Amino acid sequence: MSGLAGVLAIAFTMVFTENYVLVQFLGICPFLGVSQKLSSSLGMSGAVIFVMTLASAVTYLIYTYIMVPLGLAYLSTIIFILVIAALVQFVEIFLKRFVHPLYSALGIYLPLITTNCAVLAVTLLNISENYNLLESCVDGFAAGVGFGLALVLFSGVRKALERAKPPACWNGLPITLVAAALTSMTFMGFTGIADNLFG
Amino acid sequence: MKKSKWNIFTNGIFKENPVLILALGCCSVLAVSVTVAGALGMGVALTFVLVCSNAVISLLRRLIPDQVRIPCFIVVIATFVTLVEMVVEAYLPSLYDSLGIFLALIVVNCIVLGRAEMFACKNSVGDSIIDGLGMGVGYIVVIVGIAIVRELVGSGTIYGLRIIPEGYQIGIITQTPGGFLCFGAAMAVLVYGMNRRGKKFEPKMGCENCAGCAAGGCSAQKTENDGKGADAQ
Repeated sequence: MSGLAGVLAIAFTMVFTENYVLVQFLGICPFLGVSQKLSSSLGMSGAVIFVMTLASAVTYLIYTYIMVPLGLAYLSTIIFILVIAALVQFVEIFLKRFVHPLYSALGIYLPLITTNCAVLAVTLLNISENYNLLESCVDGFAAGVGFGLALVLFSGVRKALERAKPPACWNGLPITLVAAALTSMTFMGFTGIADNLFG
Repeated sequence: MKKSKWNIFTNGIFKENPVLILALGCCSVLAVSVTVAGALGMGVALTFVLVCSNAVISLLRRLIPDQVRIPCFIVVIATFVTLVEMVVEAYLPSLYDSLGIFLALIVVNCIVLGRAEMFACKNSVGDSIIDGLGMGVGYIVVIVGIAIVRELVGSGTIYGLRIIPEGYQIGIITQTPGGFLCFGAAMAVLVYGMNRRGKKFEPKMGCENCAGCAAGGCSAQKTENDGKGADAQ
């Protein structure tokens, strides 16, 4: 699989069959923490898509052109997390200075992204899957979109959950986790589709 | 308020259990609790990182400037995670394969960063090590407990030992929905127990305990605590 079909397959897999939140358990903290309102879900998703795409590209370039020639590949975890932290800070400053409307929409979510494990995971997995620059960017973007899809879908589920009256001990987070289980069950329905579509 | 060493240790296991009460580090708990062996390995790895990073951050707590403390903490934590990764890859390759990406993701585990921010950066080295140990044991207890249920129901084994004959398993428990379900159930059982004892408690996301969110929590409390520490000495 190469070229356009390969890229499309990566995108489809990351959004649906291998969805980071609902299938792979990555980025659960923001998934449970920020999904109370649709507006905050959208803001967080936008920020994550933006940072993931950028981080995928930057870490790929750093890994291929700096770390591998210098024999530093074994330090990827420590270097990537620093790159992500610096990148998030840089994006925040840049948006604040030059693109203020975008900053007021995404600003408060940006600092939370450094500790979002989905971002670090996507950069590490890009390397272990041997993706090239384009594939890495698509992978990062699609993983972000998948994250956003899960967050937006779940904010709708939580709205319905507010009206539910579970037994007292299930109130709060426990019943939210059960709702998350049901939501992730729907994503199990996508299993195998990617092979039939692109295989 | 001066806490005894034993109180600091048990604090992490019961009163402030990082997983069930503070709801931190959910990702790894959900993903790794499929098998008891994997859960145990993950728990030990996390405890090691927690103890070491707590110790080093506590040692450096007067040298790290407040404005850049989070990046500094992350560097310290990432160093120990890389160390653990290398050791596990070299000596326990099967564990390395089963933990996969989640071993590297200890770097961004909110428990480690949260304890650095909440405890290590304002307490002595000895107390920080005990706190890390207590939190680690609290994590191990919960993750292994959930893993025992998930492995028994989902694959019919405990630590690879067959208990339920083949063909009577509920496979979905080992998959993603089962993870959410078991974690939610564990929390509900805890709340039920606490309510029976007359304690009011409703679990929420531990955002205020997470270093990324707790804006200035450390810097504000540090000066206050330092003053008290000087008095005590």
